[in-house]
Amino acid sequence: MTGIGLSHILVVSIALFFIGVYGFLTRRNMIMMLMSIELILNSVNLNFIAFNKYLWANKMDGLFFTIFIIAIAAAEAAVAIAIIINLYRSHKSIDVEDASDLKF
Amino acid sequence: MTAQDIIFYLLAAFTLVTGFLAVTTTKIFRSAIFLLFSLIGIAGIYFWLEYEFIAAVQIIVYVGGIVVLIIFSIFLTQEAGSNLPDTALSKKITGGLAVVFGFGFTLLQVLQHKFIGTTEQGIEPNVANIGNRMLGVNEFGYSLPFEVVSILLLAAMVGCIVIALKKPAEK
Repeated sequence: MTGIGLSHILVVSIALFFIGVYGFLTRRNMIMMLMSIELILNSVNLNFIAFNKYLWANKMDGLFFTIFIIAIAAAEAAVAIAIIINLYRSHKSIDVEDASDLKF
Repeated sequence: MTAQDIIFYLLAAFTLVTGFLAVTTTKIFRSAIFLLFSLIGIAGIYFWLEYEFIAAVQIIVYVGGIVVLIIFSIFLTQEAGSNLPDTALSKKITGGLAVVFGFGFTLLQVLQHKFIGTTEQGIEPNVANIGNRMLGVNEFGYSLPFEVVSILLLAAMVGCIVIALKKPAEK
């Protein structure tokens, strides 16, 4: 029996989540913010898998949540990058401070 | 401390260190590469947890798909070798404080909470069980979300093409 339990994995995923939040709050480049979101989504996936393994091993709900989150994250990243490329064409910059056309 | 514990700590440290470098390094291309290593570390943790299918999906979709997409978009939108403008110190301090306090409170909650799991016999998370569940229409089947995600992926693909399409020059 190994000494690593659920709480060890939860600590890792919490740390990864807040690393992603830090990146999202401090970086102003849109691609950097997208990468931070990927880190946050990965920490959530790790949480689901850990809960599935250690608490509800008789069901597969966490595993399917993870699979669907991965699929949705792929779609989200593709749409975000399409928007970023379109923004770059019109503004010649992907800094969020420069994208202020809708600002009142 | 067994070898299994040491491997877990190594994987966790690798994931967290590369993740931290990914959000703090000043060159955006290096940041993408650090993100790639962080995602590989998470795939390693999935392997450690004996969820091999999820680990394989993680490597294929994230490492093989999303990171390559991000690297291509970096090449399309900016000079990869140049430094990004440094963030203001006030922003770093407020972001750091929010993150430290959020981390502390969440950690406190998680460590105080007593998790009570099931005692029933577990299901082996192998590919046969996953496939049967995913396309099943009975009580434990996931065929409806599967179809919804298929439609979502199709819509996202069409949407990406429409958004990123170059407008034809007006005559």
